[in-house]
Amino acid sequence: MTSTPARPRDRHRLLEKVVFLAPGLLFTAVFVAVPVLLVLSYTVFDRGRFGGVVYEFGLDNFTRALEPTYRKVLVSSIWIAGLATLIALLLGYPVAYAIARLPARWRNVLLVLVVVPFWTNFLIRTYAWIMLLNTQGIVNDALIGFGIVDEPLTLLYTRGAVVTGLVYAYLPLMILPIYASVARLDVELREASANLGATRFATFMRVTLPLSLPGVVTGCIFVFVPSLGNFVVPELLGGGKSVMVGNLIRDQFLKARDWPFGATLALCMVVFLIALFAIQSVVSRRFAVEGDR
Amino acid sequence: MTPRNSARRALWGIGALSLATVLAACGGDDSSAPEASDLDPDADLSTQSVTISNWAGYMAEDIGDQFADATGSSLTVAEHATNEEIMAKLTAGGDSGIDVAFVSGQYAQALNEAGLLEPISDELVPNLSNLYPQAEELSHDEGNVFSVPYTWGTTGICYRSDLVDPAPTSWNDILEPDPEYAGKITMLSTERWLALPAQKALGYSVNTTDDDELAEIQEKLIAAKEHLLGYDDTTFYEKLVSGEAVMTEAWDGWCGYGMAENPDIKFTVPEEGSDLWVDTMVVLKDSENKEAAMAFVNMMLEPETHAWVTENVYYNVPNEPAGELVPAELKEQFPQLDVTPDELAEGESLIDLGEDSTKYTELTTEVTAS
Repeated sequence: MTSTPARPRDRHRLLEKVVFLAPGLLFTAVFVAVPVLLVLSYTVFDRGRFGGVVYEFGLDNFTRALEPTYRKVLVSSIWIAGLATLIALLLGYPVAYAIARLPARWRNVLLVLVVVPFWTNFLIRTYAWIMLLNTQGIVNDALIGFGIVDEPLTLLYTRGAVVTGLVYAYLPLMILPIYASVARLDVELREASANLGATRFATFMRVTLPLSLPGVVTGCIFVFVPSLGNFVVPELLGGGKSVMVGNLIRDQFLKARDWPFGATLALCMVVFLIALFAIQSVVSRRFAVEGDR
Repeated sequence: MTPRNSARRALWGIGALSLATVLAACGGDDSSAPEASDLDPDADLSTQSVTISNWAGYMAEDIGDQFADATGSSLTVAEHATNEEIMAKLTAGGDSGIDVAFVSGQYAQALNEAGLLEPISDELVPNLSNLYPQAEELSHDEGNVFSVPYTWGTTGICYRSDLVDPAPTSWNDILEPDPEYAGKITMLSTERWLALPAQKALGYSVNTTDDDELAEIQEKLIAAKEHLLGYDDTTFYEKLVSGEAVMTEAWDGWCGYGMAENPDIKFTVPEEGSDLWVDTMVVLKDSENKEAAMAFVNMMLEPETHAWVTENVYYNVPNEPAGELVPAELKEQFPQLDVTPDELAEGESLIDLGEDSTKYTELTTEVTAS
């Protein structure tokens, strides 16, 4: 066997690849790689008085990012986003599981219903929560009307309101990946488990749940990541009283005219999120392999 | 070449391209000292077109037609939501395409220091003579060399007179409120105004950069935070109308929006004093339509045009003949429109703090993250 006849075809294939990949690569280079590298380069420079960047090298931004104030913001953001993710998981898993076990025609209807809120502007949906939660709002009116409380509760402008807003905003991003992994499950695996004497609970815990873990991890990341970077919800539902990393970064660019420090904070976030994705990919791979066995 | 190799090479290509862009962006820019351009008073304005950037709703909607009728020149209106937004556009380098910008006084000061502003021509803006004498001694730009005041006002407490008794008289009424009002108070969220109540309550300047004073201010603000409903720049008057809030730190004009909906809403300037804020018009050095730009500024100072702002936006304008056009009923409904220029000028002007402005960013973060 000689390799000679294969060569022209190889070259042809390579050409094909270049032609088809070039637009995508160019787009990625111009609109992803360049901006990311620009942000990266800003982190080692100084703030310009009128915004922009003064090109004097220094690592001050990194030492500043480690100051207690900013550490506190990061920790509280992770806590809020983590709580929102956990609640979204507890709400989303049963929903995804239930949808996946319905007849096919109902599944599609329900999946569309899950996605429908996404068609409305995010800001409007968030404002709707202000109407619901404020002291003159529908929730308080109802509680007072049913005689459950005498005085309106302070629901709005609290951390609870922020978490509620985040859960509501990103719940579909939890449901969809879990649905995808539960729907893909081989029914025979569950039947085998039942045949071998496992209770329904044991089957769920030892067959369904582990096999749907990749979907769970993906869903958690889909909810956690945008929650962590969100700055609209803390401002509108938190009354500006709590700051999340997203607010901090936004303010560096739009209020403080401190692009280098904003870039540094953004870089810290990116590194943190890359670590998360690494974990997700390890989990997915491990369970994918076990599933194949 | 194997596929893997080509992919790697493509990545290097991207890297090199990016690096080149970064390096290109690193090129320095230096600004020259501001110097008046030669302006031709007889220029044919119909060959020029003016682009302005203003806050939404801050001038009559048919301003373009008015301008075309007056000068024959066309007008393009862009909008910005905040000072920082327009600052970013104007300082990004290159020609922003904007001829006239509306910015607050301290931002005009900063733009001038950056060498971006064209001095205002007395010859082409004869309506400067309509301004109150007090409006020519504003500390961000004494003598209105590079900026023209458009509106001015102060910051105080906007409150529900039917729900707060006695009426607030001091900044401490919102910083250390009666327990009855705790949780029903908002403060402004923009840095300098977030700090203002504590600055004035402690007897300090609104422009202080002294670290000890700022530490005291921060402590007071953190202590005040637990009584707050929230920090709010844009919807506080709605919260007053709904009764969610009973006292709010407020700009005078914005309090007017609440008054328009509920006559029990009142405005007061606390006894410790407050600020004097000014929104100004500036002409950009890069403008290629400077004569028409000056004509636009001049038109905005026409008494009828300028009075429109007071009658529709409820802001005071520093224009004497315009002030006389404001109907008495309006001043009765909105007492803040009846203040004299002398009373307003008692407020302390906000000026740009240069490098020290980061201190206020940090203070704001410390307070809101606490």
